[in-house]
Amino acid sequence: MIQQHLSILLVVIPLLAAPIVAMLRGSRLPWLLTLLITWVCFALAGIQLWTVATHGTISYELGGWEPPWGIEYRIDALNAFIALIVAGIAALTMSYAFRSVEKEIRSEKTPLFYTAFLLCMTGLLGITQTGDAFNVFVFLEISSLSTYALISMGRDRRALTAAFSYLIMGTIGATFFLIGVGLLYSVTGTLNMVDLAERIPQVSSMRTLHTAFAFIVVGVSLKLALFPLHLWLPNAYTFAPSIVTVFIAATSTKVAIYVLARFIFTVFGADFAFGVMPTTWLLVPLAIIGLLSASAVAIGQNKIKRMLAYSSVAQIGYMVLGIGMATSAGLTAALLHVFNHALMKAALFMALGAVFYRFGSVYLDDMRGLGKRMPWTMGAFVAGGLSLIGVPLTVGFISKWHLILAAIELGWWPVVVAIVVGSLLAIVYIWRVVEVAYFQEGKSNERCEAPLSMLVPMWALVGANIWFGVDTRLTVGMAQHAAQLLMGVSP
Amino acid sequence: MTAAMALQLALLVPLAGAALIGLLGRWPNLRETATLATATALFSTVIYILLALLGGEVVETTLIEILPGMSIALHTEPLSILFALVASGLWIVTSVYSIGYMRGNNEKNQTRFYLFFAIALFGAMGVAFAANLMTLFVFYEVLTLSTYPLVAHKGDANALKGARTYLGILLVTSIGLFLPAIIWTYAVAGTLDFVPGGILEGKISDSMAALLLLLFVLGVGKAAVMPVHRWLPAAMVAPTPVSALLHAVAVVKAGVFTITKIVIYIFGVDMLAHVPAEKLVMYLAGFTVVTASLIALRQTNIKRMLAYSTIGQLSYIVLAALALAPYSEVGAAIHIVAHAFGKITLFFTAGAIYVASKKTEVNQLHGIGWRMPWTMTAFAIGALSMIGVPPTAGFVSKWFIIAGAFQLENYFVLGVLILSTGLTAAYFLPIVFRAFFQKELEPPAKDHGEAPWQMVLALSTTAALTLLFFFFNSPVVLLELGILGMGGK
Repeated sequence: MIQQHLSILLVVIPLLAAPIVAMLRGSRLPWLLTLLITWVCFALAGIQLWTVATHGTISYELGGWEPPWGIEYRIDALNAFIALIVAGIAALTMSYAFRSVEKEIRSEKTPLFYTAFLLCMTGLLGITQTGDAFNVFVFLEISSLSTYALISMGRDRRALTAAFSYLIMGTIGATFFLIGVGLLYSVTGTLNMVDLAERIPQVSSMRTLHTAFAFIVVGVSLKLALFPLHLWLPNAYTFAPSIVTVFIAATSTKVAIYVLARFIFTVFGADFAFGVMPTTWLLVPLAIIGLLSASAVAIGQNKIKRMLAYSSVAQIGYMVLGIGMATSAGLTAALLHVFNHALMKAALFMALGAVFYRFGSVYLDDMRGLGKRMPWTMGAFVAGGLSLIGVPLTVGFISKWHLILAAIELGWWPVVVAIVVGSLLAIVYIWRVVEVAYFQEGKSNERCEAPLSMLVPMWALVGANIWFGVDTRLTVGMAQHAAQLLMGVSP
Repeated sequence: MTAAMALQLALLVPLAGAALIGLLGRWPNLRETATLATATALFSTVIYILLALLGGEVVETTLIEILPGMSIALHTEPLSILFALVASGLWIVTSVYSIGYMRGNNEKNQTRFYLFFAIALFGAMGVAFAANLMTLFVFYEVLTLSTYPLVAHKGDANALKGARTYLGILLVTSIGLFLPAIIWTYAVAGTLDFVPGGILEGKISDSMAALLLLLFVLGVGKAAVMPVHRWLPAAMVAPTPVSALLHAVAVVKAGVFTITKIVIYIFGVDMLAHVPAEKLVMYLAGFTVVTASLIALRQTNIKRMLAYSTIGQLSYIVLAALALAPYSEVGAAIHIVAHAFGKITLFFTAGAIYVASKKTEVNQLHGIGWRMPWTMTAFAIGALSMIGVPPTAGFVSKWFIIAGAFQLENYFVLGVLILSTGLTAAYFLPIVFRAFFQKELEPPAKDHGEAPWQMVLALSTTAALTLLFFFFNSPVVLLELGILGMGGK
């Protein structure tokens, strides 16, 4: 019975749990319930992935209404993969969360914090599960609104302004997306993605359709933080509570990449998106400028959280680059990096969160000698950093390999150079931290390692970083499968 | 134990040794014993693999598939086993020397030193026995990262600056040039395996092949071809045992080994012979030899002078490999051994002089030969080997390189060799003369004799090896002539 309703359960369970958590008191009980929910969802997402791998695409009709009139939840290899990432990161983040939330969130707001977290998770999972274009907007807004609330709960007063500017830009993005979907509906008469895919080729010359495409791509790009629509990201990541940064850095932009890929390849189709519209010429240059400029700016940052935020903008550039290539190899690289980057960034932000928990600061100057005082935490940071640089035996290397190979196959040599330069810039900003932490003397030498509840999820992610950097069958297999599906489904 | 198991053991032993060293950190004598035991165990394992190879066994093993169609795999052939023998053998000697140096100088962070030394050897073994370019690249990076804490050992601002240059140049060249070259090779040839005769025959145009070769030669920054050589003098901030490791045991040898292996087993000597633009890369190597010798002439700091001497000597090997003559390939391989013995002797003596007398400059060495006779005699032997005069090891490799030059009437190589021999003599011989035939300018602040006995033992051993190699080199030569049968002409 569960298997039948798997897809809807992934969304309904956190949705129903949210108001229950809001009614709980204290800080332990809400956390425990949220923890339970996230792990249940992780298990369900795993089962869903296995079901898709063995039985093919799942199609679930909400309320028994047949598509394309009813809302359909359609799970193929691509969104099963993304759903797993979201649920997995949520589960690990919650395992890590208790101490961090205790320190950073005001105690009377704690149940509301967990409520917002569950709603955010609902929104993100909803976006990945649904097969209806308007439903995507609904869940996009749910996840965005809860994210704004989560960010604003940071201790720093600037968290409020960061959340507000994200709210403005995010709403603009969502509105653009809505306009695009509305225009699509007006020319095709349907909102179901598969149905849209069938009808769009018939109207592909209409100006309205081109406009719809443009609105949707720009709207999603704002959510994606594609250069130059990324201005909300550095502040949002920096001033949000540590645990929020861990979660949204590893999930919300990834889900936006999923939406972009889904609309470009499944709904509009690669022939239209790249043949009729100049999408490659839009995405690729912006991706490259984004990855180079963001990496360069990251080097100058003294607040390490901000440095990693700019690093995220750069990594998103890599993913969009893969999509813009419009080849199976490029798409594989992009999807692979979605998974790998989630692992890397979550580990890095968790390490920073542990440093903040102990010292209340993530400024570079305050991290002197931290290598001796928090060896496990800084070890995790170094491992995540090496992955970001793309050292072999880490997931970052696998992503870079596939991306460079995809670029060489297309003969795009300047792009290869850009990708490599991005890695080299990463060496500079990661090594600044390593030098200060390991080779400079701090004020004292006493050990004050992070608590075990924070170390275990952190190192689970580091372990995954290395595991999937060596045994790539699962990740590369899934990414390739999803990429082929996307490229093949295009009419 | 099969030979395939021995290959895996060759990687496992230094790694396990590192863990052991880390655990025994609080008991220095036990920790030092662990290092020596690990080094001896590794050397024995490599000897076992050598015997298997000589016995005609096919020695290879696959560890894990890391990307679709590509695995981390190990094998052995004459070049690999030579590098592995040099690295593992000299690790034993360097460990003895390090004990004397570290204790004589009362250095801090000794456990960190021995631990990362072991990991560096793990990387070196991986590079030596790699069966494809991907495996080699993985261990090449392990070597870079594990030697960073060794170069930065002293921890002061100077050491950090030097270590930053070291890491910066090596990572930039490896990720920026070496990796794209590897991926390009994979895209063109469909495989990265080391195959006798190369994998690029007929798959790439001549001009592209020359460009790819240049990417490799500059990308393998550890070979210190100009202009990616600056990390070598920068790394002189490290303690002398680390310099010995870098210059003789592992790092630079890994670099020139990689280039020679790529020339023979990725491109193929025959294939490169038909690429006219390949000569340009050879000219770059020759330019490096002469320029490095000229710069060495102007140095007053002993270790800096040795650093530039190494840059020149490394490019001998690259030059010989790119000369594409059968004998020059053999000469390149043998020079890996000859230079290792000679240079490690020279670095050991530099360190001994520092520990005993705190002297670091060339012009402070008047008359020191009478205070430290063992040390300065060893220095003289090492210097003669660099110049390439019998009865030292350097003569054997030079002989083969010159023979190779004549084989293909390569007068460029001949000219470079003659010029650099003269220059090398010009910067080394005055030191020997000064040490033995000139009186001390002023009595030293503290009366001193030889350095601690472990250091003198180590440097005497390597000096003896330098001499012995001249007389007993036929097993090595015969082994390396096997490259000709496999990959040369």
